[in-house]
Amino acid sequence: MSALPFTRRAGVLPGYGLSLGITLFTVCLMVLLPLTALIVKASGVDWSDFSTSITGPRARAAFALSVGASLAAALVNGVFGTLVAWVLVRYRFFGRRVLDALVDLPFALPTAVAGIALATVYGQDGWLGSLLEPHGISVAYTRLGVTVALVFVGLPFVVRTVEPVLHELDPKVEEAAATLGASRVATFFRVIFPTFAPALLTGVSLAFARGLGEYGSIIFISGNMPLRTEIVPLLIVTKLEQYDYAGATAVAVVMLAVSFALLLLVNLFQARVRRARGLR
Amino acid sequence: MSVTVEGLTKKFAPGGRPAVHQATFTAPSGAITTLLGPSGSGKTTVLRMIAGLEAADAGTVRLGALDCTRLPVRERGVGVVFQGYALFKHLSVRRNIAFGLEVRRRPKAEIDRRVEELLALVQLEALGDRLPDQLSGGQQQRVAFARALAIEPRVLLLDEPFGALDSRVRVELRTWLAELHRKTHLTTILVTHDQDEALELSQQVVVMNEGRIEQIGSPDEIYDRPATAFVAAFIGNANVLRGTVKEGQAALGAHALGALGSAPEGSAVQAFVRPDEVKLARADPDAPAMSLGLVEALTRIGGFVKVGLRLPSGERLTVELGKAEFEALSVSQGDRVLVDLGGAKIFVEDYSI
Repeated sequence: MSALPFTRRAGVLPGYGLSLGITLFTVCLMVLLPLTALIVKASGVDWSDFSTSITGPRARAAFALSVGASLAAALVNGVFGTLVAWVLVRYRFFGRRVLDALVDLPFALPTAVAGIALATVYGQDGWLGSLLEPHGISVAYTRLGVTVALVFVGLPFVVRTVEPVLHELDPKVEEAAATLGASRVATFFRVIFPTFAPALLTGVSLAFARGLGEYGSIIFISGNMPLRTEIVPLLIVTKLEQYDYAGATAVAVVMLAVSFALLLLVNLFQARVRRARGLR
Repeated sequence: MSVTVEGLTKKFAPGGRPAVHQATFTAPSGAITTLLGPSGSGKTTVLRMIAGLEAADAGTVRLGALDCTRLPVRERGVGVVFQGYALFKHLSVRRNIAFGLEVRRRPKAEIDRRVEELLALVQLEALGDRLPDQLSGGQQQRVAFARALAIEPRVLLLDEPFGALDSRVRVELRTWLAELHRKTHLTTILVTHDQDEALELSQQVVVMNEGRIEQIGSPDEIYDRPATAFVAAFIGNANVLRGTVKEGQAALGAHALGALGSAPEGSAVQAFVRPDEVKLARADPDAPAMSLGLVEALTRIGGFVKVGLRLPSGERLTVELGKAEFEALSVSQGDRVLVDLGGAKIFVEDYSI
């Protein structure tokens, strides 16, 4: 059961050493090396510069917005992405294939295009913006706009992680719950939800991570006002444009640490759930 | 509590052949009734309509005196054991069994007590904290039984409960189910395509084919007095021989069998004879209903021998003999033997379409 790290489990396919070697090499080259360079660069920064860069009001506001909007968008996607996945898996209707393809569009679209499109639709004169504005709801150039853009970008992550799990859900299990007297609500929360919850968590955390790093779609709709609608990636770019390399690096390192810590946490939690369910 | 279905009909595709057509029978209280038939015969659909998992197009379902045709599944109080178990994989054995009681919001103490009783009943006391995936197929099946029994159902519905298990476990669980039924005396409806299961376990067998009921009777009646050609062929893996009506008897090659009374001369007949009902002999050519068969193949399967015969008409016949019987007969491949088809069941084919 408890395999030591790097111990070999004999399998049908050969090439354990080779494939692990290539994997480690790729991860080092593509992921670790640039990140190390970032940290080395940051370590050259004077500590007081470093702390002022990341604790200044502008940086704090940007961190709060990036994390808050990403989290809000990920949660919205958690609900609606699940619904979309459910509809795609359980129902056969005209246009299902088209809907299926549409879900993937945010993956493929250059995010700047999405940003421009969203800014057009939600702007004061846009289709939706002109309807919402009279009710005092403005989307463009607000934090709500940032969240809307992140919902758009993050949706496929939830749909595509939850979908396969829902697909494998045996309808007989729901029938069994019904014969045992469970209402539809009880069947959902006691039987269906626990089955796909781990996948949902993965999807939501992927959408969340994507939100933290998102840049292109947001800069068009947020207005980029410091302290109000400025996100962390934009802050980094701004600092770079002002030749404040030390400040940019400091913010980047904190962002990196936060993202990594969150993803690690989610992964550890997943592993625990899987162990508790007797899976490896 | 008895279960009565009347005129139960279900069509899945509009305009297509009904999956179930006018099914009517009563499963007597406290007995095991088996719905037996090949796949696609509609037996599972009948069970699902009794459970309320499928809405009937026509007909009624009654539990005792209560008409529950329109009653939703969760209010019918039926225990269902599904093909492939359909256990809740994220819940322990204990929580699986407790599920029906938990959703009914029974007191915790009562649930705990009941779950322990059921674990003992299905002999899984030691495995209560395991997850379904950590159990063998037979153990999972017993969890499915315990879960269905937990709600104290009015009737127990079993859909191919042993379908996915290997043959030794199937036979073991059959004995176990018979014992369980003796303890609980629950009215049980069992769906199966396995005639051994049906004949061994049930007090009443309902044979279905292509959505219709072919025969209802005790296992012995079904076996000894099949009402239709389908039942005769299906039960006991009978050999089929074709012939015509000649002088009030069925003429099958050199064999003339049965008294068919008023059957019109020349109508087609089918004779069904089970492998263990054919008698073979080396001598006595004067015995009635006999003719010669050529021994084409001999296969010893443990305690019995399967003899492949070809009749003068060219039709093939499979005969099973006990090992002692075979040794007494002492024939080998290429020999000719006398074939007694006296046990055959004869059906004049229905020519009025």
